Amino acid sequence: MKLTARVPVREQDPEIRRNNFDEVSFGYNEEEAVEEASRCLNCKKPGCVTNCPVSIDIPGFVMQVKERNFKEAASVIFKSSVLPAVCGRVCPQETQCEGKCILGVKGEAVAIGKLERFIGDRARENNFSIPVDSKPNGFRVAVVGSGPAGLTCAGELASMGYEVTIFEALHKAGGVLEYGIPEFRLPKEKVVKYEVENVRRMGVKIITNAVIGKAGNIDSLLTDEGFDAVFVGTGAGLPQFMNIPGENLNGVLSANEFLTRINLMKAYDDDFDTPVRTGQRVAVVGGGNVAMDAARAAIRLGAEVSVIYRRSAEELPARAEEVHHAREEGINFQLLTNPVEVLGNESGWVTAVKCVKMELGEPDDSGRRRPVVIKGSEFTIPTDTVIMSLGTSPNPLIAGTTPNLETDRKGCVKALDENGTTTREGIFAAGDVVTGSATVILAMGAARKAAKAIDDYIKSKHFGK
Amino acid sequence: MFKILEKKNIGPDIWQMKVHAPRVAKYAMPGQFVIVITDKRGERIPLTICDYNRKEGWVIIVLQVVGFSTNRMVALNEGEAFSDFVGPLGQPSLFINEDREELKRKRFIFIAGGVGAAPVYPQLKWLAENGVKPDLIIGARSKEQLILMDDLREVSSDVYIATNDGSEGVKGFVTDVLKKLVEERPGYYDECVAIGPMIMMKSVAEMTRGMGLKTIVSLNTLMIDGTGMCGACRVTVGGKVKFTCVDGPEFDGHEVNFEEAMRRQGMYRKEETESHKCNLDKAVEDSHNKKA
Repeated sequence: MKLTARVPVREQDPEIRRNNFDEVSFGYNEEEAVEEASRCLNCKKPGCVTNCPVSIDIPGFVMQVKERNFKEAASVIFKSSVLPAVCGRVCPQETQCEGKCILGVKGEAVAIGKLERFIGDRARENNFSIPVDSKPNGFRVAVVGSGPAGLTCAGELASMGYEVTIFEALHKAGGVLEYGIPEFRLPKEKVVKYEVENVRRMGVKIITNAVIGKAGNIDSLLTDEGFDAVFVGTGAGLPQFMNIPGENLNGVLSANEFLTRINLMKAYDDDFDTPVRTGQRVAVVGGGNVAMDAARAAIRLGAEVSVIYRRSAEELPARAEEVHHAREEGINFQLLTNPVEVLGNESGWVTAVKCVKMELGEPDDSGRRRPVVIKGSEFTIPTDTVIMSLGTSPNPLIAGTTPNLETDRKGCVKALDENGTTTREGIFAAGDVVTGSATVILAMGAARKAAKAIDDYIKSKHFGK
Repeated sequence: MFKILEKKNIGPDIWQMKVHAPRVAKYAMPGQFVIVITDKRGERIPLTICDYNRKEGWVIIVLQVVGFSTNRMVALNEGEAFSDFVGPLGQPSLFINEDREELKRKRFIFIAGGVGAAPVYPQLKWLAENGVKPDLIIGARSKEQLILMDDLREVSSDVYIATNDGSEGVKGFVTDVLKKLVEERPGYYDECVAIGPMIMMKSVAEMTRGMGLKTIVSLNTLMIDGTGMCGACRVTVGGKVKFTCVDGPEFDGHEVNFEEAMRRQGMYRKEETESHKCNLDKAVEDSHNKKA
């Protein structure tokens, strides 16, 4: 039994949690964590490590958990990541570390994510600090954006001895961790704020309310402000719309707007001034993690929520766990359905979404079966609010104000190699701004490589190879 | 924190605040705006920039109390501070990139309605510094609502005033004055810049379309981040969807779909008329009342 099944994690009951924004998962307590850690076989060639984008020594920290050496476990993780309590909660472990766990062949993989979260939380509760060994080396690096990529790159460089300043456009640091991922998956004050503060404690300066591209640009950072290199980790914040009729009716909004009101501005909390409205019925268009976040936030505001997705359940791009949680909470899935028009009343407010039924045809470039419209299948879904969650692309602000910083057709900054080298000397980029919207951990992995490349660049420029 | 260096009451429920914000002041240009947050619980409120001083590192904003959040904002006093003050946001006025010699030959008519006088001022000031002194029409409900008059007179040529109640200048609307001016001297003006309430900008744009007079308007839409991230500020301009925060706030007034823009602007507003009251509006109202 021990080998095949993992220690279950306690969660808030769906009927209760759909009425609050508290965290869904309670995480492991000490006994549960130690028991789960003892399932790890401590493989000689651990697949989990090679499948981790930041290459955490997973068996290394899990063995320390097993021995109840929690501080040592945290030290092992901190060598590779400054955001363990975040990643333990939001990484798609099932396709990464846990996907390669040997126990997963005949049973359940070790719950690596839950263990990482346990250690991240322990580190916070006991103030285990992240060591910075290096002496200041006198070089200065500017990091644009304080999301997962920016924080990771800044942390890496600070630990090498660089003087790092992060410039953040919003009034709080954390990027998508603050504005995008809801409280019930990733607590803000408790987890995000603390891990951001950890990066500050490593000596990194964070300037909020600084929109690079408007209040100065990349070139002014390199010249006027005297930085030796700039890292661009500005993410993919530009929302996409469907370009269908009725999309500008009152009550149609992007998932970014809806989630920003709720997460960054705390509109769900009466103690905060920003309003949010859902009406009684909400339709969320899209099937990714952001769509699940929007849908689950809407249900917590008391709405009846439908997710409209044009392919079938199998193709839903959201993590299985998120879809499972959404279903448990009572979200209705309108699959193989695609909106063609948003309908409104004479005052210009949304009343319904006109949709068509789809069927799956031949596979497209992405390998997924292409949805095809079924003729004559039009029908309407009555709704008060429509939330468009169709993916995001990089904000053009940086590329548009940085001459010769090349982008691709989707507006992503071109990285010439896996180290985030761009078409401009001294400017490096990684994360969603390069790949388009992906995951927290992939951004962190790429940012670590970029930090190393920035170090190489500055050293070879000043000391030769 | 962004300290309030000066606070002045310049009209009924209209306040002028000088705020210490060196980074914003350093890069601000006419036509741009800021987003201000009062404190930890506050909303992000977009406000136009009325003046700035790069050397001394301050920015002047003008705000009219229209609801809960603006009320909380003006409750702060000199010496206190806003928790957040971000900018400059949006595109600068287009004329700053025009050839200076051509610009000097250009005859502008500026129209400022109500607190629209505040964003008009830095544009006129910049033009005056570059040797251009446009004519100006100022409109307000009544005499008390006319703001920044001395400053505006200094940076413009002929100044015309229209008040709804006739307490100062012509009794009527800015469009009445504009119509008269253009009829007196057809073809004299090359460009009109109109900033004020949506309904005023719409009326001006409708009138100047018939006159063939190019008209720039500055939209004050709903916004959250102000950097292109949320799309709350989307407007239709020339049949295309634009984000006011990054593509604007200034647009060709003849291309703007004002009906839509005005409807969207009222999305979170308390219902003011009894004529239509759907459940949604009720819900929004309740949510606001609850918060208030």
